[in-house]
Amino acid sequence: MANITIDGKPCTVKDGITIIEAIDQANTDLPRYCYHPGLSIAGNCRICQVEVEKIPRTVIACNTRVAEGMVIHTKSPKAQESQKVVLEFLLANHPLDCPVCDQAGECKLQDYYMDYGVYDPKFDEMKVKKSKKAFSIGPTVMLDQERCILCSRCVRFGDEITMTHDFGIFDRGDHARIDVYPGQELNNKYSGNVVDICPVGALTDKDFRFKMRVWYLGTQESVCPGCARGCNISIQYEKSRPYHLKSERVMRLKPRENETVNKWWICDEGRYDYKFIDFNRIQQARIRKNGSLVEVPWLELLEKTASLLKAAQSGSAWACLASARYTNEELFLQKRIFKDLLKWPLAFYAPGQEGSEDNFLIKKDKNPNTAGASQVLKFEAAAADMTPLVEKAKSGQIEGLFIFHHDLAKIYGPETLKTVRQKVKTIIYEGSNQNATADAADIVIPAATYAEKEGTFTNFEGRVQRIKKAFEPIAASRATWQVLLDLGALLGVSFTYKKPEDIFLDLAKENSAFRDLNYKKIGSQGAVWNKP
Amino acid sequence: MEPILSRNFNVPDAWRLSVAQSRGAYETAKKVISSGKPLDVVAAVTASNLRGLGGAGFPTGKKWQFLPKDSSKPVYLVINADEGEPGTFKDRYILERDPHQLIEGIIISAFAIRSHKAYIYIRGEYVEPFMRLQSAVDEAYAKNYLGKNIFGSSFGLDIVVHRGAGAYICGEETALLNSLEGGKGFPRLKPPFPAIVGLFGCPTIINNVETLACVPHILKNGPEWFVKLGSPGNGGTRLFSVSGHIKKPGVYELPMGTPLREMIYKHAGGIRGDKNLKAVVPGGISAKILTANEIDVNMDYDSLRNAGTMLGSAGVIVMDETTCMVKALVYACKFFAHESCGQCSPCREGTGWAYKIVKRIHDGQGAVKDLETLLTIAKNMEGRTICVFADAAAWPIQSYITKFRSEFEEYIG
Repeated sequence: MANITIDGKPCTVKDGITIIEAIDQANTDLPRYCYHPGLSIAGNCRICQVEVEKIPRTVIACNTRVAEGMVIHTKSPKAQESQKVVLEFLLANHPLDCPVCDQAGECKLQDYYMDYGVYDPKFDEMKVKKSKKAFSIGPTVMLDQERCILCSRCVRFGDEITMTHDFGIFDRGDHARIDVYPGQELNNKYSGNVVDICPVGALTDKDFRFKMRVWYLGTQESVCPGCARGCNISIQYEKSRPYHLKSERVMRLKPRENETVNKWWICDEGRYDYKFIDFNRIQQARIRKNGSLVEVPWLELLEKTASLLKAAQSGSAWACLASARYTNEELFLQKRIFKDLLKWPLAFYAPGQEGSEDNFLIKKDKNPNTAGASQVLKFEAAAADMTPLVEKAKSGQIEGLFIFHHDLAKIYGPETLKTVRQKVKTIIYEGSNQNATADAADIVIPAATYAEKEGTFTNFEGRVQRIKKAFEPIAASRATWQVLLDLGALLGVSFTYKKPEDIFLDLAKENSAFRDLNYKKIGSQGAVWNKP
Repeated sequence: MEPILSRNFNVPDAWRLSVAQSRGAYETAKKVISSGKPLDVVAAVTASNLRGLGGAGFPTGKKWQFLPKDSSKPVYLVINADEGEPGTFKDRYILERDPHQLIEGIIISAFAIRSHKAYIYIRGEYVEPFMRLQSAVDEAYAKNYLGKNIFGSSFGLDIVVHRGAGAYICGEETALLNSLEGGKGFPRLKPPFPAIVGLFGCPTIINNVETLACVPHILKNGPEWFVKLGSPGNGGTRLFSVSGHIKKPGVYELPMGTPLREMIYKHAGGIRGDKNLKAVVPGGISAKILTANEIDVNMDYDSLRNAGTMLGSAGVIVMDETTCMVKALVYACKFFAHESCGQCSPCREGTGWAYKIVKRIHDGQGAVKDLETLLTIAKNMEGRTICVFADAAAWPIQSYITKFRSEFEEYIG
């Protein structure tokens, strides 16, 4: 360990770390463009200048190692002068087209100018013009070379993280420019991350460009529901202009740093898979009357459902198809109602739904909570498979089905759904989005998506992570845990839970895997459960 | 003074092995390799006060001793023949007229640092020197002065001659390594230094052509002899490239510390057309300029540093009274703006910015505040980048403007 002083504050840090790492640990601000903790050190932007006592000139914090007794100043006149002049160079040929730049509001050139720069510009010359302004470099990303400050983060991302070597720096001096290699495009499974790490408006996301100014965005911590890894994300949504963009709420998803799960990155598949939150939703509670689904008040739907369930207590031929897309809390309630109380057969896993996997982030299992579902519902892997139940339904051995989320037509084909519909007398469907199974059901319960509720997912490594509500559920939809509490009450189970956290605490009491965990412990970075 | 490095420069066909050998080439190498004592070579070079003659003047023996003692990786010797500093053409003479002198120096030096592979990175524009050098390497291979079991010893050495593609920055040793590896000529962050992590991630020593050409002479005549040739702390002689408004431009081998006035008026014959001297750049275009009143200075590292400039590559550019200093600075700035690698923001933006201003002044569009802006840009570029290119670009701006301010003001009007 080394004892150092940062801006007068004594700190003890690990030997051999860089000054910028020490500064970050001390929660001190220091401007940086090329430095990124997930990438190698480039040392080219030169903005992270600090004054170190006994060294005559300011040094860059990203490539200077701490030493015992080092006294570092980040805000001394000498350090700030140095940061300021570097910023002036960086802005010399920058087009300053902030009013039409999509990065405005989250641009480090803007931010640091206000924090560290503020000077009278001396640059009176013609700026260097690049041959093309904004142009497409792949399916998801646009490049504007004039705004680029050549920090080389994107180059290093392609070289070091994805190994796809997408970008290079071409030409020299103030004509140097970032580009993809001739004949190539930026098209890998993690392309979108270069937009996140670009400190300026050089790389922008086609999906988000010009959709909304970033200062209109609200942000909520969540977890990507796209696969079993559970990458930490921020849901960024419009918060004050509901008339904008046909009431679309989610504007984009951004990765949220988590050292153990996803570092600073997310895959494109997860990043762009958010349209289901605002589109194709099941908006209303509906019951089939005279052959067609009719909108009904919630109370009527709940009472009708409860009466069907009551009539179908143990001994009857009903079954429940649960899903690993639901939270631990909701699965716990499903277990209490369908397994413990009603004693129905229950399964949750749909085989054949696996997707691609790589050795970085993407997992084959496209459910966010398979580990949690297996544990909460107390299933061995084989018993989790819902195929035998569906087969039974097809052969007419099942009288009623309560289906959570799954679209039988998509999993087993439209023919299976058709047969099941013919053979099963009553189908209750609970889910967030419209599909063939919902259309075929007798009762349709509109559910909230992960962005509209609280709860926890358990990722493939057993890390329990929280999802948080970004906004209210759409239209009449409700969070599944609330619906299950209401159904429980109508079935005579006296749940006393007020919020998902209460359910979780009970789960932690009952299930040793979750023992001693609570929302506080889980925090924003998750907590690993006890090895079951 | 008896010429040492330049002793074969005017011998016809000295670049051919037969001629070079008739004048003693490879005798020292043979003796040194047969003795089998690499550490003695390092000791001799250290004791000789030989300093890097590429420009930085770092003590060569000390540099060699930075190599890790117990590395399992191969050690590479890289010879910097990317002579690109404007006003400098002394390595060209060695490569073109006496390449065996260099190869012998490489053999001895590689032996000293236990390297078995040497790369000569030669400036792309040096076509004739490249052809002479390559044929000399081929001839040395044919005689088994290179390859396996040199001079019947267990020591082997391969030399690869690699041509650059025209970037000035590739003369910066770590940019050179990147270029040699097939990458873009971007200088590397230091630390780590090349002696620890160099070419292909292995310990590497990079020496200039002239530096290594000195090594056989040191080993032949002893370090004390070499020390005596120079000035205190600066061993040996030096090849000075003298160009510009001079009667006899060319390469002059003179003792370290030769007075500049003597060099111009005695050795190089004085100013062209017997005009008055106006200014001298003593060490390549990067070195701060000296006025005619400042030429009573000895041409060695320390004296020139004390005079506020540097010996650098020993490229002496002489300017007579007809020279327009604004024009001269336009050319210097244009050169640096064109050659900046573009990696660090102060240099990338600063060199281009400065050139635009100087050009504007030259074109009659200057404003009074421009000179202050130029000096500010130069000051702000200095010491804030990965390599010293930005400093090198700043020094002409600072020295031309401060020493010839009235000329600039005349342009601004």
